[in-house]
Amino acid sequence: MSELLKNILRFILFIFVQVFILFKMPPLHRFITPYLYYLYILWLPFSMTRASLMGVAFIFGLSLDYFMHTPGLHAAACVLIAYLRPFVVNMLISQEGADKNYLSPSITSMGWAPYFTYVFVLTLFHHGYLVFLEWMSFGSFLYFIGKVVATTGISMLLILLTELLFFRKEKFRTNTV
Amino acid sequence: MRNVFLFIRKYSNFLFFLLLQIIALGFLFRYNKYHEAAFMNVAGEFTGSINQRYSKVEYYFRLRNINEQLAAENLRLNQMLRENYERPAGNEKTILDTVLTDSLREIKKYTWLGAQVVGSSVNTQVNFITIHRGTLQDVHPNMGVVSPQGIVGIVLNVSDNYASVMTLLHRQFKVVVKLKNGGERGTIEWDGISPTYVSLKDIPKSAKLKNGDSVVTSQTSSIFPGNLMVGTISEIVDDKSSNFYTLKVKPATNFFNVEYVYVIANAQYSEQKKLEDSTRKKFQ
Repeated sequence: MSELLKNILRFILFIFVQVFILFKMPPLHRFITPYLYYLYILWLPFSMTRASLMGVAFIFGLSLDYFMHTPGLHAAACVLIAYLRPFVVNMLISQEGADKNYLSPSITSMGWAPYFTYVFVLTLFHHGYLVFLEWMSFGSFLYFIGKVVATTGISMLLILLTELLFFRKEKFRTNTV
Repeated sequence: MRNVFLFIRKYSNFLFFLLLQIIALGFLFRYNKYHEAAFMNVAGEFTGSINQRYSKVEYYFRLRNINEQLAAENLRLNQMLRENYERPAGNEKTILDTVLTDSLREIKKYTWLGAQVVGSSVNTQVNFITIHRGTLQDVHPNMGVVSPQGIVGIVLNVSDNYASVMTLLHRQFKVVVKLKNGGERGTIEWDGISPTYVSLKDIPKSAKLKNGDSVVTSQTSSIFPGNLMVGTISEIVDDKSSNFYTLKVKPATNFFNVEYVYVIANAQYSEQKKLEDSTRKKFQ
């Protein structure tokens, strides 16, 4: 399957899983909202330019927003993590040229610890910004801190499960850049 | 001039980032203020039709539940058939002299329209349901929405065939309700804490109440007809610094499985709204 087709299918799948499964679950607590959808942006290939990353993230976030009746909220958070992604990847990539040898960020291409640091940092930015925007219209500081921490915890758990269930085998490509 | 281009080229990514942020935040704050978003009409049709496909599947698993709800509602309705009709004036006696039309005749003020719920959320701070009925089927913003069990929310946005309804579980939802026993009026709101409770404010401390009392709609809201079930009191919070109670109310509607709702059109809504607005203007 071509990489483009795979990513288009993933786009649709992530939105549907978020809207029809995770948002349909009975709420546990007001601090906990199970977010998984932004993993799509973390899985996009290394080779995409920063501008196209942001463009895709914007459209992706906005499509979720239209399902949730919050136009712009998730789009803003998605664009932020798409913008920060290359910085974090450059900081965390361990092997020389791993971003050339592998297709996209994953446990195989980055290693367990760097990959989960990468996920954790971007999760924190995503939730921090998202809850901050929510907090501006209502809520208290305790709400802000509590929700960022609790939601980040739940998201990390969901991402860990997703990574283990759908383990992505990444082929090592030769150094032909 | 060359430096300007160099600057733009050097920071093109950052500028693109800023541009997208501004567009996104523009959508968001404009929507919060006026509840009308860019492309909401087109997107509403699209997301509505996907939601509908999904709910078709889910529907079969809930048939039993829906049946029970409808049976209970039929029972309730049979006990109060003339509830939707209202006399325009009070009970003073009018002596007919030369007036030919009877000014006391009843008008049908509220019209009920059925609709199926095709999408819903309860997890966020701004919860909506989507119903399969839109402008082409006479649904307009600011109409009340009720389920067989109790009130659900207010229509906020409509496209051709779908409408989004702001439920009681929305941080900006506010409607005037009253206690069934004493008739004291208060405002119902949601504090965003738990989707199983909403809060009722501004009930004077002179009101006699106890846990389990019913809260019903008040005809003063102009959106809902009077005496529709809202919920039951589950906790009375006694704030010593104020003359008003804040009550925790358990909504009668189960937002997790609501399938069929009624949209209520008030034939005199715009007239009443216009009068109230112009009165308010006189004192500003």
